[in-house]
Amino acid sequence: MAHEKISKDRFKPAHIDSAKSEEISKPSLNYWQDAWLRVRKNKGAIVSLIVLAILTIMALVGPHLNGYGIDEQNLKHSNLPPRIQGLENVSWLPFDGTLTRKNGDVYNAYEQKNVDEYYWLGTDSLGRDLFTRVWKGTQVSLYIAVLAAVIDMVIGVLYGAISGFVGGRTDNVMQRITEILVGIPNLVVVILMIIVLDPGILSITIALTITGWVGMARVVRAQVMKLKQQEYVLAARTLGLSNGKIISKHLLPNLAGVIIINTMFTIPSAIFFEAFLSFIGLGLQPPLASLGTLIDDGFKVLQLYPYQMIIPAIVISLIMICFNMIADGLRDALDPKMRD
Amino acid sequence: MAKYLTQRVIYMVITLFLIATFTFFLMKIIPGTPFTNAGKLSETQLTIMKDKYGLDEPVPVQYMNYMVNLLKGDLGVSFQFNNVGVTEILMDSIGPSATLGFQAILFGTFFGIILGVIAALRQNTWVDYSATFLAVLGKSIPSFVFAGLLQYYIAVKLGWFPVAFWKGPEYTVLPTVALAMFPIATAARFVRTEMVEVLESDYITLAKAKGASWFEIAFKHALRNALIPVVTVLGPLVVSLMTGSLVIEKIFGIPGLGEQFVKSITVNDYPVIMGTTILFAVLFVVVILIVDLLYGIIDPRIRLAGGKK
Repeated sequence: MAHEKISKDRFKPAHIDSAKSEEISKPSLNYWQDAWLRVRKNKGAIVSLIVLAILTIMALVGPHLNGYGIDEQNLKHSNLPPRIQGLENVSWLPFDGTLTRKNGDVYNAYEQKNVDEYYWLGTDSLGRDLFTRVWKGTQVSLYIAVLAAVIDMVIGVLYGAISGFVGGRTDNVMQRITEILVGIPNLVVVILMIIVLDPGILSITIALTITGWVGMARVVRAQVMKLKQQEYVLAARTLGLSNGKIISKHLLPNLAGVIIINTMFTIPSAIFFEAFLSFIGLGLQPPLASLGTLIDDGFKVLQLYPYQMIIPAIVISLIMICFNMIADGLRDALDPKMRD
Repeated sequence: MAKYLTQRVIYMVITLFLIATFTFFLMKIIPGTPFTNAGKLSETQLTIMKDKYGLDEPVPVQYMNYMVNLLKGDLGVSFQFNNVGVTEILMDSIGPSATLGFQAILFGTFFGIILGVIAALRQNTWVDYSATFLAVLGKSIPSFVFAGLLQYYIAVKLGWFPVAFWKGPEYTVLPTVALAMFPIATAARFVRTEMVEVLESDYITLAKAKGASWFEIAFKHALRNALIPVVTVLGPLVVSLMTGSLVIEKIFGIPGLGEQFVKSITVNDYPVIMGTTILFAVLFVVVILIVDLLYGIIDPRIRLAGGKK
């Protein structure tokens, strides 16, 4: 292979500016900016964030959009399939108001029952509007998500931080308590609560408060015990900073990643727990709706009116997938072990 | 090791004692009567009934009696099911639940490991991405949704397997698959992460250099070390199976522990509720202990007794 000969006089030594070699070429990023850069690269997490935002908005706005009440019954309009203005003529979309009989016949339930109204996601066996009920149910799931996050962040973090920071006998006693609490299955506590308090959102809330924070407390304690040995904590103490300040200014910022990751993984399991309890009839009671009860109701008529189960099932699956994907994305972005 | 084991067993006993005590007193403060038609019974009849079940004694005496009987393995008598002993009821229903749980954990971890290994070997290709996506789906879709869809599409529409009930091996297929979704997803994710890490280590490079086949590398060298952390998730997995079995048993009409539990709650059958709660707690605590011990046996680097967690 022949190379073109380049004459030596075409090269000249580069000028070295000693002032510039120390210059920082990229803007320095703090922890959160850096984390955001990493999350942004994760397409799954970003899409999930957007879907979750849409679901949240719909959960808040949805029940008021079409004027049907949450437990407004209209027996003449029972078991109507989904029909949406404009989309009903698009044949490949399931919004044309038709149902399939067991023998394969397709018929329009709206024409048969002489109904002029549009039920966007259909109605249930009591003629209640599913669109309103599904978004009301989504509200319950999101409430559980917020609740689980708050419990984790307040009780779990405080308990773990105190236990790890104070150490000694206090730590010993607090650890024995968590060891016993870890041994008690979550399900057992919830079911005992429900028996004492009647099924409902209150007993689920209390049960989650009792058991939901133990995992977080253990992780935070281990981290605090590691961090409090660090030199910067010693330096802060030498400078006369109070314990409270050391915790809030020095320890908590360094714990933020662990706390967020842990919270994000608690949320989907809490949502599942509520839906699961409602599904077996130990959660919310009628006429209230949660995605679990809607799936339970839909499951009973799955063969005749599959849409009644499939719609809430899709919504809850979406919520769970979104939270799991965001949790994965945040873990990859915030976990210090992943840093290169 | 012996010291660690004794310490753990002592904690187990304390935990179980507390659970039994809590359950007992909670049952005492619950409103409502355990007798089906209490309204129709006369004062004398009620006294006789209470006397028969020992409910006329002072609460501390009832508590002592219950605890002593508990130690003997006697969980009392069911109020609803024609005076059958709670221990017998539980023994009858534990069979289907145990079969189902055992099958699900075997099936789930086996396919989960295979999925994870394949994903790690083909890292960052479409194979890896679809395996990861499957794992996210398996973790996210609630087991009762999955079970309902399986029952509808596979059993009712296609008719490949029986729709419900518990009459033979073919009846266990669909419930097992539904219950195994979560173990598959969890195992796959863990194995993949670990395998990716292990595959980058020096001894794998050495194995490649000496000309070992990819099969040998994957299963003989890498998987062994990648499996160690998977043992840690086995505990939570078994617990999730216990929870899952409640709904799966309801959907497929299986006469197991979970179904029994839900039924006894709806009819206020206190002795059965207490018995099942305690049985669940015992299973849970023992499983966690076994998993912790297994962990130490599989990975000698972990010293159970020394250091702090």
